[in-house]
Amino acid sequence: MAETKRIFTFLLRFIAFCTTLSAVIIMVSSRQRATVLVFSFEAKYSDTPAFKYFVIVNAIVSIYGFLVLFLPSKSLLWRLVVALDAVFTILLTSSISAALAIAYVGEKGNPIAGWLPICDQVTKYCNQVKGALIVGFISVVLYMLLFLYSLHTVLNPLLLDKS
Amino acid sequence: MALQSGEKLPMFIGHVWSKQKRRWTLLGLRLLAFLAAAAATLVMVLNKQTKTFVVATIGTTPVNLTLTAKFHHTPAFVFFAIANGLVSIHNLVMIMVDLLGSKFDYKGFQLPMIASLDMLNLALVSGGANAAAFMAELGKNGNSHARWDKICDKFGAYCDRGAGALIASFLALALMLVISFLSILNLKLVNSSSHNSHNNIIALPN
Repeated sequence: MAETKRIFTFLLRFIAFCTTLSAVIIMVSSRQRATVLVFSFEAKYSDTPAFKYFVIVNAIVSIYGFLVLFLPSKSLLWRLVVALDAVFTILLTSSISAALAIAYVGEKGNPIAGWLPICDQVTKYCNQVKGALIVGFISVVLYMLLFLYSLHTVLNPLLLDKS
Repeated sequence: MALQSGEKLPMFIGHVWSKQKRRWTLLGLRLLAFLAAAAATLVMVLNKQTKTFVVATIGTTPVNLTLTAKFHHTPAFVFFAIANGLVSIHNLVMIMVDLLGSKFDYKGFQLPMIASLDMLNLALVSGGANAAAFMAELGKNGNSHARWDKICDKFGAYCDRGAGALIASFLALALMLVISFLSILNLKLVNSSSHNSHNNIIALPN
């Protein structure tokens, strides 16, 4: 039972690390050169501070996830892992909501402000950003599950083990 | 009775900061967080500005275009309003539970529930505040690569009120962080009033 719990946790952490890393890679590698009328411009992720924030936060979380994979299971640092899991889950939710807000404006535009949607001009860039956001959303869900699980395992808040 | 190594600091805090003082501090912070989140919601929901622009001139008569900036044109601000509304309701309910609900405690479930709900609401308000912050940055600076003009020079009052709502929401976020910390501390210190330290709630993973 303990062995399966450990394997399950390790697998979940590994998948979460993979999703954050792939969100970073997909977002960073999204660029497209488009020609509108006469001049050509290039759309890349660093044009928008929201996407830069998304990339930075996911990079930090993937480094953290990589380091936690190597933590021995009886170490006292698991309590620190609970606190850091909380912090990084909240950072991930804020980064995905910021990136989603800006991506929505890019897709649908904002007629009152006179902002035209850019997705029909740079379709490949738009699709890649959408893919990165989907993977980022999966990583948010996984990190929430990991946080709840580590909270249940390391601290015993529901007082289930009467030892 | 020997204390475990993870219990010295919370026990020390528990001796210095008595239960009554913790309770009133938490209540005061919840009141402030409720006020901040409610202020953020109200300011954002009532945020509206109408402005008339002269678009063209036909002969001598100018052609006017009236534009209204409302918060619900931007989904990020709608999410911001909903998130802050939920956080203010949560804090109000928690204040009432603290003042009136000491009789309703099902198997000691109240304290973990309060701590979990505080952390959930912390995540919620951080998401809402951050989305609105990036949308506000876009409105203030524009984006030259996507050919999106900034709108804050035209709708100055709308932008100022939105900035006020954002500041209130970030204040609520900081307060929710401290409140979550205090709720978890309460959860840990629930055993400080009981006499057996064997029934502690920190266990290493097996």
